[in-house]
Amino acid sequence: MKESAHVPSSRSGTVRQMPSPLVEARGLTKKFGDFVAVDAIDFEIRPGEAFGFLGPNGAGKTSTMKMITTVSPITDGKLTVFGLDPRDDGAEIRSRLGVVPQENNLDEELTVEENLYIYGRFHDIPKPVIRRRIEELLEFAQLVEKRKARVENLSGGMQRRLVIARALINEPDLVILDEPTTGLDPQARHVLWDRLYRLKQEGATLIITTHYMDEAEQLCDRLVVMDKGKIVAEGSPQELIQRYSTREVVELRFAPGAVETNLDRLDGLGNRMEALADRVLIYTDDAEALIDEIHRRGVEFEQRLTRRSTLEDVFLHLTGRRLID
Amino acid sequence: MATLTNALRVVEADYINYRRTWRGRIISTFLNPILFLAGMGLILGQLVDRGQGEAQLPVPFLTFVATGLIAATAMQTGFGEGAWPILAGIKWRKTFHAIVVTPLSVADLVNGILIWGAIHLAFASGVFAVLAAVFGALEPGPALLSIVPAALGGLAFQAAATAYSARLEDDMNLTNAFRFVIMPLYLFSGTFFPISQLPDWLEPVAFATPLFHAVELTRKVALPGVGAPVVTTVPTWVNVAYLVAMITVAWVLAIRSMRERLQK
Repeated sequence: MKESAHVPSSRSGTVRQMPSPLVEARGLTKKFGDFVAVDAIDFEIRPGEAFGFLGPNGAGKTSTMKMITTVSPITDGKLTVFGLDPRDDGAEIRSRLGVVPQENNLDEELTVEENLYIYGRFHDIPKPVIRRRIEELLEFAQLVEKRKARVENLSGGMQRRLVIARALINEPDLVILDEPTTGLDPQARHVLWDRLYRLKQEGATLIITTHYMDEAEQLCDRLVVMDKGKIVAEGSPQELIQRYSTREVVELRFAPGAVETNLDRLDGLGNRMEALADRVLIYTDDAEALIDEIHRRGVEFEQRLTRRSTLEDVFLHLTGRRLID
Repeated sequence: MATLTNALRVVEADYINYRRTWRGRIISTFLNPILFLAGMGLILGQLVDRGQGEAQLPVPFLTFVATGLIAATAMQTGFGEGAWPILAGIKWRKTFHAIVVTPLSVADLVNGILIWGAIHLAFASGVFAVLAAVFGALEPGPALLSIVPAALGGLAFQAAATAYSARLEDDMNLTNAFRFVIMPLYLFSGTFFPISQLPDWLEPVAFATPLFHAVELTRKVALPGVGAPVVTTVPTWVNVAYLVAMITVAWVLAIRSMRERLQK
């Protein structure tokens, strides 16, 4: 992995001369019977960027990933991957992809090494090359000591790292990660983020789907927010926070039922307000002035928290909850 | 584009998997033939050969049963390989989903599974053939020859089971298929008694079943020149054509149902 193993130098050279998108979708649509999973979306993924698809479960993220990996035929619209059509050039596209699916699909009866080996063979890589890459990838995934261990005996975090290592065996030009850290404990998530960040530093192009906002903020250069099959926003994490949220958020926690009785007193505070069950989020560019005003009006809250606005606020704003503004 | 090289990659992966898991399977590969040959062939055979059975067999009962059992065992093995491992690949372990995002196609995957299936069936039938020779049921030559028709029949069942399993949501139906299809075939397709012993109205049903043709073909290959009631008057080419047609149709259907399942 030392010499940027994921993007072969000859290819990244070509890519620099032609900055055409690696993936391009126009009016991309996927239907299952009457159900529209992906509803005429447009996006472009450029070489070298980490591109995120955010959205709640069922937003259409995985369906989009499956169309890019050529395993799901598109219903309508246009999709090119590496400038190729998934319908005609599926095998060629897949030979340049690394795919990390939502659910691990390793051969649990085989060892760590054997899983990497057979995947290399599926990619028609010569055996000596596979052996060399296995060494690099074991190092990368911090699984050197586990090389002879059967996959069923690995922890969730280790299995996940192995799935990612396996996806890199063909030195892909594009790595697709569908919810890479869902279901992992915080330690395992941070180890994974380190690995993914390193991949990014080495120039790999990444597509990441997630519903963790911190993950998107950590890893994505650019992202789209999907909801009900549509793209509802697009930009860098910072741009989206600026556009759809405010600099700061003041969270007030109330005693059960006390939100209703305090609504009058809260009226008109901040730039925007969101009332949840026993909490009210007030979006503002000046938290200090807002807090003074809250005290002046005698709002009866139990706890107060002031924090920086995050992508999560953007997400909740765009994909909806009970809103008052 | 499906190619043989691609299919052989899947065969290699299946072989590596087999190397890791054969210890668990070898018991049934060896033990079942021994139990059946001993129980059915030797012990029951003593009674039958004393002439207490109605059919007068021109060969010892042990020989008759061994040639039926090698085909029936291959059927069971083929069905088993085409059943639970297919659902595991699709639903439980999802390993098939990992394969179809590599350059391999769904057709490559199915071809590889069934080519490996044929190799595995030949090996399992070979174990049976060796044991049949050890038991004195067959001469070594005919025993080895019977591997081919037995494996052919087994492959027909594996391909059919693959096509069926790829459409299932859970293994309830597989358990039922085993109970209500495989077991009756095992018992009534001429494995343990000539189908001329069946009631007249059941005989045509037996003719229609794939296991009958596999058993019959095995006997014709292993016991050349032996006539009724060990074998029927059905021409050999019909037995071969039946099995080849079943493999071909089931193979095509297996690719189709797997495509529908893995490329939604």
